[in-house]
Amino acid sequence: MINFLANPERFTRVTRPLRPWLAGVTALLFVWGLYLCFASPEDYQQGDTVRIMYVHVPAAWMGLTVYAAMGIASFFGLIFRHALADVAAKAMAPIGAVFTGLALLTGALWGMPMWGTPWQWDGRMTSELILFLFYIGYIALHASIEDEVRAAKSTAILALVGLVNLPIVHFSVQWWNSLHQGDSIFVKGGPTVAPDMLWPLFVMVAAYHALFAWLFLVRLDSEILARKYRALRARLSFN
Amino acid sequence: MSFWPKSVKARRRLTIFLIAAPVFIAAVALSLYALKGTVVYFYTPAQWIEAKVPVGKTVRLGGLVKPGSVVKTPDGVTRFTVQDKLKEISVVYKGELPDLFREGQGVVCEGEVTGVTALKAVQVLAKHDEKYIPKNVQKELEKQGEWRPGAGMDKPKPVQRPFQ
Repeated sequence: MINFLANPERFTRVTRPLRPWLAGVTALLFVWGLYLCFASPEDYQQGDTVRIMYVHVPAAWMGLTVYAAMGIASFFGLIFRHALADVAAKAMAPIGAVFTGLALLTGALWGMPMWGTPWQWDGRMTSELILFLFYIGYIALHASIEDEVRAAKSTAILALVGLVNLPIVHFSVQWWNSLHQGDSIFVKGGPTVAPDMLWPLFVMVAAYHALFAWLFLVRLDSEILARKYRALRARLSFN
Repeated sequence: MSFWPKSVKARRRLTIFLIAAPVFIAAVALSLYALKGTVVYFYTPAQWIEAKVPVGKTVRLGGLVKPGSVVKTPDGVTRFTVQDKLKEISVVYKGELPDLFREGQGVVCEGEVTGVTALKAVQVLAKHDEKYIPKNVQKELEKQGEWRPGAGMDKPKPVQRPFQ
């Protein structure tokens, strides 16, 4: 399957018809999820402010998931010179950066009324900011190196180095005293979120995943086209 | 093994990666381990006592607001006690308190150490726990006497290294 789709031509041929469907699914999931967010009950101590959770938590998760995917793609690009790997990693970076930025922003908006501060240098917030900087660094490095092969190599190494930050983001609330609360979902004895509030969260998580899949395919396609265009232009200018 | 690449160059790259990655991970893990005692966002009262926090130092203190300890005076000054399961520290603070501030709540207070167990706070932040419970469910539990509030402070953290 992977080898079948490794050919960029074939990949776009297979995925292009999927895109409108993915866009539709994304829209439906967001409509459903956002409705559930507002229909869900108020929290016993946070009141209405708890609704920020449904936007914040999936964004933070996607920031981590997308970075992990970028790391895996970079690994195959660096070691195996896989044809689509660098294109895939490059296409993912801005999407992941936006998710992480959204997590930081909604976190600040949530922190102001609840904690009494938008920002503190505790373990979770600092490591999340570092994740964001890795995304920005990746994008900047890719843009600054003109030769595509060299750009792919350097950025892949940067992406792999950044992978080490992912467990730090996740475990920061366990390792250090922090203002940020601990995990609610992946904890011993099951989630500490009431079922009425867990449902909307999961629908929003699905919506974010669909959104990512759709944007990823669009960006991948345009990146493949852009490279084809540059290659053509380079060939023409030689003649 | 099919994972092992056929081309010589790819094999060399994979070998370098397989050697470099564990070394890098070990280096980061060791630095994190070394930082564990020194990177401290806040002290709990027990850690505060253990670390012998010196007077005059600016620190953060985290713990639960002791029920019945909050005293507000008309000049805007609030006095309260922050406790964990073992120790207590008294805090004086002048200014606005966050909405979630109340007795039994987890708080983080930043300020100047004014005594062995006293802090003059310049900022008080409220913590909330990782539990999300609908208001009506909580009221129902309370009615049945089944309500056990937690405030996100129940996980013990390793005691921090004392000041040198």
